[in-house]
Amino acid sequence: MQQIQSLGKKTLQIISGLGRAVIILVSALMHVPNIRKGTPLLMQQLYSVGVLSLLIIIVSGVFIGMVLALQGYTILVGYGAEASLGPMVALSLLRELGPVVSALLFAGRAGSALTAEIGLMKATEQLSSLEMMAIDPLRRVIAPRFWAGFISLPLLAGIFSMVGILGAHLVGVDWLGVDGGTFWSVMQDQVDFQKDILNGVIKSIVFAFVVMWIAVYKGYDCEPTSEGISRATTSTVVQSSLLVLFLDFILTALMFVK
Amino acid sequence: MTSSVSETNLVEIENLTFKRGERVIFDKMSLSIPKGKVTAIMGPSGIGKTTLLRLIGGQIKPESGNILFAGKNIPLLSRAELYEARKQMSMLFQSGALFTEMSVYDNIAFPIREHSQLSEAIIEKIVLMKLEAVGLRGAKDLQPSELSGGMARRIALARAIALDPELILYDEPFAGQDPISMGVIVRLIRSLSDALGLTSIVVSHDVSEVMSIADYIYIVAEKKVIGHGTPDQIRNDSSALVRQFINGEADGAVPFHYEAPAYSGELIKKHSKELTK
Amino acid sequence: MVSKKVELLVGFFVALGLAALLMLSLKVANSGMGGGGESYQLFAKFDNIGGLKVRSPIKVGGVVVGRVSNISLDDQDYIPVVTLEIYQQYNKFSEATSVSILTAGLLGEQYLGVQPGFVHESVGTLQPGDFIEDTKPALVLEELIGQFLFSQGSGEDK
Repeated sequence: MQQIQSLGKKTLQIISGLGRAVIILVSALMHVPNIRKGTPLLMQQLYSVGVLSLLIIIVSGVFIGMVLALQGYTILVGYGAEASLGPMVALSLLRELGPVVSALLFAGRAGSALTAEIGLMKATEQLSSLEMMAIDPLRRVIAPRFWAGFISLPLLAGIFSMVGILGAHLVGVDWLGVDGGTFWSVMQDQVDFQKDILNGVIKSIVFAFVVMWIAVYKGYDCEPTSEGISRATTSTVVQSSLLVLFLDFILTALMFVK
Repeated sequence: MTSSVSETNLVEIENLTFKRGERVIFDKMSLSIPKGKVTAIMGPSGIGKTTLLRLIGGQIKPESGNILFAGKNIPLLSRAELYEARKQMSMLFQSGALFTEMSVYDNIAFPIREHSQLSEAIIEKIVLMKLEAVGLRGAKDLQPSELSGGMARRIALARAIALDPELILYDEPFAGQDPISMGVIVRLIRSLSDALGLTSIVVSHDVSEVMSIADYIYIVAEKKVIGHGTPDQIRNDSSALVRQFINGEADGAVPFHYEAPAYSGELIKKHSKELTK
Repeated sequence: MVSKKVELLVGFFVALGLAALLMLSLKVANSGMGGGGESYQLFAKFDNIGGLKVRSPIKVGGVVVGRVSNISLDDQDYIPVVTLEIYQQYNKFSEATSVSILTAGLLGEQYLGVQPGFVHESVGTLQPGDFIEDTKPALVLEELIGQFLFSQGSGEDK
């Protein structure tokens, strides 16, 4: 009996949590930042969400590209197909690794910081204070962060793929001696703008949506104590990573399997 | 309610009932806050004094009852009307709640920038005036993290009066302050009230400070108002509860022990359980 | 409120991101058909299309002149119909043109090889929407091996 009751309680909690999350989402999306007051806010957030994530994205992108080239080369050279190194690296980066890995790094870097920041603002009564100043915290605090994430992640994913391909070029062409012309031309032959690049961008927009939503909701809904914030930060990273991977599977099935 | 009452009282709370989950916090409580005066609401910790301020500010909604602010019933207002009403009140939070990512100057300028179209030159004058009022004009370029607790609260006070509200809600303004900054804040609350004609509601449990500045005192305990009057009336109150609170006695009408089963019974029961193991 | 440095860095970040996306679309992807460049359609029926896919290249003597845009079965006779998307600049194929499905290398991708037919007064040019009559189906390895074994067997009989 008690188990059933606790199951019911859990379910109700989940539903009401989802409801609050949707309310936050709707209010954040409704408030497209207006030009005069919103631009500086958006700037600030683009800085802390986008620019500050740039370093980790570039470094990881280069290394992942280099590793892909190394591994791919050793496998492909066995079939005498090292000319396919370019498309192999480009396709895996553009379709999967670029959007997914940058979303995971983004969740770890920007998502957790965002949850902690909003949670801290809640714990130190800054959000309440805004409300009492007749300023909607959803508009002032949440919306610009949301939009900054929306703008940043596709750009970060693009940068990730690009530097990854350059890293692969470094290893494959400059080090392992694959012909540079073949590397690019076979790649161009195999990579399609709409199918690969556009779908990658769509993926990262979806991931940005998921990561920002979870990060913002966890921060806004956390218990305003130190433990509450640390728990919220952890669960932001865990939940958004899992959801990104799950959605990636769904999106891949929709986009690339016919 | 007659019109004369609403003229002299800025806030009027009638039959307020508020529950948190199953627990009743306030049960049909009524009190009124006179205009232009400093009204203190005192009581032991945990009886929902801060909750009362949030109710007045419309951040939470009561179970039943009216909260009238300048004639408007706060719980029934639409979102837009509530935000409009909040422009006439401000709240000094216990922690100060300064925005950590901006300087002291920007913190005080913030509500002005948000709610007015004034030019930066005018905003600067207003900010400097408010800082001067709390005696911290020299701190305008500091970051909130560089302020001491007392200074942060004074800055927060300067921000609270930035838009010249009619009502200021002070949430535990004396808690955790050293005697000097306590004295400064006591003086500031009094002088702001006298000079600007502000209506102030001070929620606190620091008896002596409150006694020294309040024009009128409500003592809240056990879900309702247990005593009210001017500081002198309170001092001479005959109610046992009020006397205990004012004099800070450990045991009395509010018992020292939290409700529990009989002490001896619980000890023996536990003991016997351990023996049987 | 927002410092110059922040604005500068944000500008740099956005520019870098856009440059990366631009570079990806120009340098990494084929910028040909994706944008819907000028092209026209021809059709061809094959008995067997083998491993031909949508977007497989169409080549004349190794030069790409278009891509396969659709593969379906004919409504009536259930023979595969391939839609050829040919670039507009190659619009003078004669009606005697033949197409065959070829393989690049031993294990490579399959593509459509076009043999432009002779041009003569009596032979018109292919108009958009026309069918190319002369088609050679894909070579299927199993059939080839089967034929080879069969011919070997019959050879020994003699």
